[in-house]
Amino acid sequence: MSKNNDQPGKVSRRGFLKALGTGGVGLLTPSGAVAAGKGRVPQPSDNELATLLDLSRCIGCGECVSACRESNAHKFPEPVKSFPAMSPSKRAKPEDWSDKRDVEDRLTPYNWLFLQNAEVEYQGEVYDINIPRRCMHCQNPPCANMCPFGAANKQVNGLTRISDSLCMGGAKCRTVCPWSVPQRQSGVGLYLNIMPRFAGNGVMFKCDRCYRLLEKGELPACIAACPEDVQTIGPRGEIVARARELAAGMDGFIYGLEENGGTNTVYVSPVPFDLIDKAIDKDGPRGGRGKVAGGKAKGLGPGKPHMGPVKDVMADETNLATATLLAPVAGVVAGVLGLGAKLLKNGEEGSHES
Amino acid sequence: MRARPYPAWISRLFIFSVAALAFTGFMQMPLAKRYYLTEVPGMAWTGDFYMVHKIHYLLAALLLFVVGLTVVNWLRAWKDTLVLTRLGALRVAVVGGLVISGGLRVYRNLPDVTLDPAVIVTIEWVHLGLVMVLGAVALIALVRKSSAYAVRK
Repeated sequence: MSKNNDQPGKVSRRGFLKALGTGGVGLLTPSGAVAAGKGRVPQPSDNELATLLDLSRCIGCGECVSACRESNAHKFPEPVKSFPAMSPSKRAKPEDWSDKRDVEDRLTPYNWLFLQNAEVEYQGEVYDINIPRRCMHCQNPPCANMCPFGAANKQVNGLTRISDSLCMGGAKCRTVCPWSVPQRQSGVGLYLNIMPRFAGNGVMFKCDRCYRLLEKGELPACIAACPEDVQTIGPRGEIVARARELAAGMDGFIYGLEENGGTNTVYVSPVPFDLIDKAIDKDGPRGGRGKVAGGKAKGLGPGKPHMGPVKDVMADETNLATATLLAPVAGVVAGVLGLGAKLLKNGEEGSHES
Repeated sequence: MRARPYPAWISRLFIFSVAALAFTGFMQMPLAKRYYLTEVPGMAWTGDFYMVHKIHYLLAALLLFVVGLTVVNWLRAWKDTLVLTRLGALRVAVVGGLVISGGLRVYRNLPDVTLDPAVIVTIEWVHLGLVMVLGAVALIALVRKSSAYAVRK
């Protein structure tokens, strides 16, 4: 843990702990709805915890993957079989990873972090890039904003977590996630106690950035276990500054500052991310690349996130929030100007609607 | 189908916005694709969560316009000649709760707002619960043929 601090320019442990302290605040005050249309990066919360991944350091040893599994094993689903029959059976199929817990080449409910590899030729040099992939922990996460039950939430310390006791497993979070990160396990969760045949299909699982360890002031397992100090965690303001410094030093590139309006996972690479996106998972199911909600970016298939550009998928809603704020004001103005009142005396003539 | 002593177009706008909000609200749940609604001609959009969400916001703006207009008209003139029915008053309270919880929902989705998870769950379930209550009360009002919110004094 302490070795992170030995390197020049690394985010301070003091800053990390200070950012952890913001978790107790309860809520971050907004700068108001007037901020709705403004750019978000890095405005919203420089104190959120963010992680920086220096891809030039990752050797693909897999220590982070093992540490993640070990640290989170007690959170993994334990479904009881057989699963309840679902209706309509053609559309509502169970997703069962419980017999495939060893799968390590993609995200699953039992594997919240995996390594991608990209062999990229750039400026006459061949780079072998290894990329730890997990939840990006967006600054304005669509999975949390659009969950109809409030099961997915972003916390004030910048991580997004899905509550396994509230999740119905409808997988909407996976559909609206620009990287399709959350993965479903059927046969567990709240839906079993409600209408297992007609509503829900399990629980969605993904990286929760080892929130219990963070609460204790410790590093997430993948960061603590890394022998190459690939990852750094700290207040986003410091992380962004460090990422820019690092990228400038290697004449490299950054992923996560603009993507989806900004994420709390920032990658720095010596090669462009569009080349990485084309090269990653080259043996994987490229045919399965589907259109990702809210953007032109393509996915690499279920559980295998892409590294393409992602527009801010909640931006339209943010702009429409201003409309909802102005609409009642417009109604009041219209009323004051006499719209409606004049018609009252004629009301009975024209009001025989159902 | 009783005559209402307030302008018909306000009623129609209110009924349309509430009905469409209820529909797009329920479509926030992942139901459209599972239950083949997306296959009904002209309904494919119900499977696009972002589209449904944006339409819900626009309809909310329409409802809020109608609410603002009605409230100011009520305060300026209608309260002297109209009185809320009991079921009308109940529905006004429920709509008020829906507006507040919906407003908090929109607020929560602003990029620089992070509410406590317990608060968010409360907002979600209050919003979902109130729309069910509104549906039940509206049904009772319809069956009892007293669907007008207000009558002349």
